[in-house]
Amino acid sequence: MTDEDEKCERAPAGDSPPPSSDEVFKKVIENVLELLTSKRDRNAASAVCRSWYDTDARTRRDLFIGNCYAVSPDRVVERFKSIKSIVLKGKPRFADFNLVPYGWGANFTPWVKTLGDAYQNLESISLKRMVITDENLMSIADNFPLFKDLSLVCCEGFSTLGLAVIAERCRHLRVLDLIEDDLEDEVDEAVDWISKFPETTTTLESLVFDCVGNQFDIDALKGLVARSPSLQRLRVNQHVTLEQLHQLMVLAPQITNLGTGAFRSETGSMVADPNLNLVSAFASSKSLNSLSGFREIEPEHLPAIYPVCANLISLNISYANLTADQLNPVIRQCHNLQTFWVLDTVGDEGLQSVAETCHDLRELRVFPLDPTEDSESSVSDIGLQSISEGCHKLQKILYFCQRMTNAAVITLSNNCPNLVVFRLCIMGLHQPDRITGEPMDEGFGAIVMNCKKLTRLSVSGLLTDKAFEYIGRYGKLIRTLSVAFAGDSDLGLRYVLEGCIRLQKLEIRDCPFGDSALISGLPLYYNMRFLWMSSCNLSMRGCREVAQSKPNLVVEVIKDGDMEDEGEEETVVERLYMYRSLAGPRTDAPPFVKIL
Amino acid sequence: MEEMQPKLLDLIPNDRGWGVKGKGREREISGGFGVKEEKKLELRLGLPGEEDWNVNREKTEGLCANVKPSLSLGFFGSQIKQEGLVNGAVQKLHAKSEKQTSIVERKAIAHAATPPAATPAPSNSRAANAPVVGWPPVRSFRRNLASTSKTLLEPQKGASGTSAKFDNSTKVLFVKINMDGVPIGRKIDLKAYGSYDKLSSAVDQLFRGLLADQRAEIGTEKNVEEKGRAIKGLLDGSGEYTLVYEDDEGDKMLVGDIPWEMFVSTAKRLRVLKSSDLSASTLRTTSRKRAATEC
Repeated sequence: MTDEDEKCERAPAGDSPPPSSDEVFKKVIENVLELLTSKRDRNAASAVCRSWYDTDARTRRDLFIGNCYAVSPDRVVERFKSIKSIVLKGKPRFADFNLVPYGWGANFTPWVKTLGDAYQNLESISLKRMVITDENLMSIADNFPLFKDLSLVCCEGFSTLGLAVIAERCRHLRVLDLIEDDLEDEVDEAVDWISKFPETTTTLESLVFDCVGNQFDIDALKGLVARSPSLQRLRVNQHVTLEQLHQLMVLAPQITNLGTGAFRSETGSMVADPNLNLVSAFASSKSLNSLSGFREIEPEHLPAIYPVCANLISLNISYANLTADQLNPVIRQCHNLQTFWVLDTVGDEGLQSVAETCHDLRELRVFPLDPTEDSESSVSDIGLQSISEGCHKLQKILYFCQRMTNAAVITLSNNCPNLVVFRLCIMGLHQPDRITGEPMDEGFGAIVMNCKKLTRLSVSGLLTDKAFEYIGRYGKLIRTLSVAFAGDSDLGLRYVLEGCIRLQKLEIRDCPFGDSALISGLPLYYNMRFLWMSSCNLSMRGCREVAQSKPNLVVEVIKDGDMEDEGEEETVVERLYMYRSLAGPRTDAPPFVKIL
Repeated sequence: MEEMQPKLLDLIPNDRGWGVKGKGREREISGGFGVKEEKKLELRLGLPGEEDWNVNREKTEGLCANVKPSLSLGFFGSQIKQEGLVNGAVQKLHAKSEKQTSIVERKAIAHAATPPAATPAPSNSRAANAPVVGWPPVRSFRRNLASTSKTLLEPQKGASGTSAKFDNSTKVLFVKINMDGVPIGRKIDLKAYGSYDKLSSAVDQLFRGLLADQRAEIGTEKNVEEKGRAIKGLLDGSGEYTLVYEDDEGDKMLVGDIPWEMFVSTAKRLRVLKSSDLSASTLRTTSRKRAATEC
């Protein structure tokens, strides 16, 4: 490697000698490297030698930063010269479930300033779980004249004011996807941002705003849709009535992906059977292959979508409280469905229909209508068993239930060898196999044993250390593991840390894992993106030991309230969040975060 | 954002890592733990790692003792969480002890020095306790689904008069709460508080720190007292701030006038306003509503 380096450095800038074979080789390699797009390939290539590193730095266009605190903005712009798109992820996923106190961090502000100065050609920003303010949105509009794609997933901190600026000033806007964000609007101060799009033809291809709860001028949206010939994806919020939805569909027959908002007709409307118009709108829609929304559905209008069911590859009806009887007619027609998100009100019988009809199913998510530990749930191991018998191509599953058996999970593992994501949430804590009373060890064991492509796993139910032994032994490709209320001892965590060689993200809550298990993972932590442990048996002493042995690991201890017992080594650590970082301890940590 | 498999062969044989070419990960489980551990796993009737289990029970007890209701700087529900954790541990003890009584209890007696953590209280009592925070793991907008779909059946706003239907069948109810002077609002679960006093105290805890931050300089105040004055008098108009809410008809009302259950079923969002800003116009409809309730 050193020889190559030397040769690279000695490459003459002048013109006299003909290029040596080494130099030609180098040039060829550089041209090839430029074509690499996968971040893994690029990361690998950049580690080979200085020349390749420089080439990558010069030519990389797409940046992916899985933890915004792993590297500083300054360092990023210093290394990469010309970036077109950036993906940034902020808070740990457990923030979605209120386990990360408000104000923890993940602010976009330090990024937008630095990126704005360095990358004039930036076209695309995708943020997940970050705090982005209206000022940040204004900076985006001001700093990036070529800006095209904005995607905000699970973000917060901005309002319709910021959206209005984006709409108004980003003349090349192609994608505006607002997904599961938490906007900061005061109801009476909201801005009608839809009206702010320029009056000219737009280049919009995707407009997703079902999480933006504010009213807007429907005529403005109709006008916008009418002058956006490239619009493929439109997901509206709950303020759009069925009648208005119909009008939108007529204006944009080319749409492939439609979010239907509330799916409710005008209140007290005396319009003669809006159903008829809507049915014809769906019937004439040849390109529609993806439906979502249905937030406040009036079940009598559901038949309107029958004409498109056969074309659907994706259906998200997971906000609609519909019974199996109401859903079956839809399901029975969705022969080509690949992605299906539904509430557990569909019941085991509804899942039976899915199994019998949707043989191409790749992704299934069954959400709970009543997400509490002791709620009633209409889906169980029986539904899972059915799915496994009918949907052999299944790759991803998320399943909330109250009752499960090892047998059903084992059957799934045998029938669906292509599983990449298996997330089972048995909502009652420590629930055993409902028939045998055994722990759920064998079921999860079978999953890791039989599903050789598994990269993401979430476990639940009554689990002993045995389950983790299986996971450690067989889960060699697992990158993301979520554990809650499981395990007996440190052994459980040790199994995982010793065995799951590709582990990147480990999130644990309410498990009896302590310091010795934490310390046993020391050799691995630099290979992981992060580790989250809350309500376990960790003490300050154990966390300090980790922090001291690993200088490039940022070890955050997060408390409720103020850090009163900082000094005491035996203090129980409520929340530990640690991640590798080149940036060192962050400077924006709030008072309830202590960085060791 | 899907991560794809690399299209070329990995140019580096080992995991890139960060300069750590650890062999640790390559170790087999059996090699790592040795035969002894496996024997332990095989022979026992009980659960592996019994000793550890008892240590953990001790630790759990320690956990219960150490955890105190701390002032929360914005993370509400700490009380609930602690109860949840204790009960989670209790539940686990109970479940385990039912399945493998002999081994566990023998060990417990043998380690007489460590008193059994929490006496396995009947798990039924859990049902009466507050729910565990963040479990099941769904995002907050999925938590009101059951109540939302019920209210669909009610006539829309304006169609009927005061719809005093108490729909309190759901377990959580998240509403937004904003405070004057604090740009970013919060969400709280009204079902988590059984009374106005608890709500008021939760609001105090929620915003106290944020308000102090707004006022304070950039300095780092470690002193607990200086972290912010308590926000008192939210309900009776005596304090600097007053709690108001917006009901399902969009009217702004003073919090505290109607029975708690009725409040929970009609409140759609909350606000903490400066008492000095409360004018007759802001709460125009209050007196009318009050009169109606009292009738």
